[in-house]
Amino acid sequence: MEKKTNPNVRMWQGNVACAEGAIAAGCRFFAGYPITPSSEIAEVLALRFPVIGGNFIQMEDEIAAMGAIIGGSLGGAKTMTATSGPGFSLKQENIGFAVMAEVPCVIVNVQRGGPSTGLPTHAAQSDVMQARWGTHGDHPIIVLCPSSVRETYDLTIRAFSLAEKYRMPVILLSDEIIGHLTEKIEIPDPSTIEIIDRKKPTDTPENYLPYKMDDSDIPAMANFGEGYRYHVTGLAHDETGFPTNDPKKIRAQMLRLNRKIQRFRDDIVEVETFNTDDMDVLVISFGSTARSAKRAVINAREKDVKAGLLRLKTIWPFPDKEIEALYKPVRKIVVAEMNLGQIAHEIEWATRREKPVVRVNKIDGEPITPNEIFEAIIS
Amino acid sequence: MDYLYYLREDKMPHIWCDGCGHGIILKSILRVIDKLGWEKDDIAMVSGIGCSSRTPGYVDFNTLHTTHGRAIAFATGLKIVKPNLHVIIVSGDGDATAIGGNHFIHAARRNIDLTVIIYNNYIYGMTGGQASPTTPVGKKASTAPYGNPDAPFDISRLAQAAGAAYVARSTVYHVGKTDRYIEQAFLKKGFSVVEVMTPCPTSYGRRNKEGNGVEMMMFQKKNSVGVERAQKMSEEELQGKIITGVFVDKEQNNYLQRYEEVIDKAKQINQ
Repeated sequence: MEKKTNPNVRMWQGNVACAEGAIAAGCRFFAGYPITPSSEIAEVLALRFPVIGGNFIQMEDEIAAMGAIIGGSLGGAKTMTATSGPGFSLKQENIGFAVMAEVPCVIVNVQRGGPSTGLPTHAAQSDVMQARWGTHGDHPIIVLCPSSVRETYDLTIRAFSLAEKYRMPVILLSDEIIGHLTEKIEIPDPSTIEIIDRKKPTDTPENYLPYKMDDSDIPAMANFGEGYRYHVTGLAHDETGFPTNDPKKIRAQMLRLNRKIQRFRDDIVEVETFNTDDMDVLVISFGSTARSAKRAVINAREKDVKAGLLRLKTIWPFPDKEIEALYKPVRKIVVAEMNLGQIAHEIEWATRREKPVVRVNKIDGEPITPNEIFEAIIS
Repeated sequence: MDYLYYLREDKMPHIWCDGCGHGIILKSILRVIDKLGWEKDDIAMVSGIGCSSRTPGYVDFNTLHTTHGRAIAFATGLKIVKPNLHVIIVSGDGDATAIGGNHFIHAARRNIDLTVIIYNNYIYGMTGGQASPTTPVGKKASTAPYGNPDAPFDISRLAQAAGAAYVARSTVYHVGKTDRYIEQAFLKKGFSVVEVMTPCPTSYGRRNKEGNGVEMMMFQKKNSVGVERAQKMSEEELQGKIITGVFVDKEQNNYLQRYEEVIDKAKQINQ
């Protein structure tokens, strides 16, 4: 009998799925610097890009890699860099530039233990707050957290879509466990993947305003070298893109910059629920830890404890409304994360501390086990 | 030629002080662009932070004013994605060789087809006269009130050692030379550096009693030595001199040409 093979099945590591997801999204320029546990993303793209018309470059440092992808994006390409904790720290200033100048790009942080050199080969989820506030100044940011290899593929594509749609850097916050986990997955047919490209100007070059204030809150973006000569700066600027000290103009632009995310947060925030309909214990988790949390919820149900799981796929903007909709009937909330409570703190705020929040934390490089979360559920 | 054609007139007056040499360099750049007949749409000017880095705001090209020291990194990404753009970087001594020193030497090593014009005035002018990596030993700066204890970089020699395809140094007094070097740099299909010595009377000249902009330019005139003549001079004789001329002018494959070879190899293997 002829054995039928599914051409869309892959045995991939999370980092490979990230690189392949970027290719599927149309990314054709990657600049990076080697760092564990993210290097496989660079290695796959170094191998694949020359064959498919993309450009890979290994830069001299993390800062240069971040600068290069902003420059490449201004040239019109979808661009990405990948790093881990120490490298993510180094990239922060230029991430702020991409926010301020509204340049779409994707930054992958495969989290490892910190602070400093920390645990290069062990997982952590301790860059939650750095992803939110790592660069200085009031700024919006979008951060996505995959829990599986397939989801790494999907969320990498989505990171590009959101970056292009909202003209801003998007961070894919993976972790060492997901990055180095190999799973059998089925990738979607390319024709079914939604790809979003940046809005191009329809105005003539003479009338083009790169930071135009209009109803959309998202100005059209011209690529360098295509007839629209304009100015891009990290300085506070007005609609024309040139620096200004006029408080009225600065305020208008800064409020628009932040409003982009507040206004469209429902389009950006994604969560997944499991067994939440009749629950009296709400478990909240994200990334690799959400896998242990799901097992813990299943185990609790077997012991007739009504536990449910809320898994955060988007962590910034924070899914406060989604938590709001779930927490009222529950007895307590269990938050599992590989840090000392960075998301738990947000949850206490979102639920006004109306319910006890039990924290399950680990910062020694070991994954949180289902049993550790189970104990917190039944205690 | 019509300089105004290339300038954003509505952005004037510029921020540069009386006696500053930066405007002279800007005019050299524009003259060469005009001579070469480059279209404004095909030019990108990229800068970092500092007085020199404000140049892109005044010129009618695709202009990018990046973070401190990082102009070359941004420009590298832009050039790779849009190889037909003429990508020009303008930078200062501090921007290019202190905070941006790593990008500078690695772009030279990589020999990517970019031109960097460095406005070297020995000082951080915009922020009030702090010592830079080119401030000579003993000279005063706001952060070296008793004289600078740090040894300076020779930017052109640094670029040469790092592998740049074209390196030249001039001064704002020697406008003809500056134009010639910038033209050669623009035409070079590789990493090219033109270092132009420019007076900062406000933050450097005043503190070191070197006079106004004109007097500082006269110093350049009297103390410049051509690179060939300098080879015959002792180190003592060269003290305080500015060595001008072309340090490097060589043909070698640039980064994008080498990446084309990578593409060919990859396609053969993956056929």
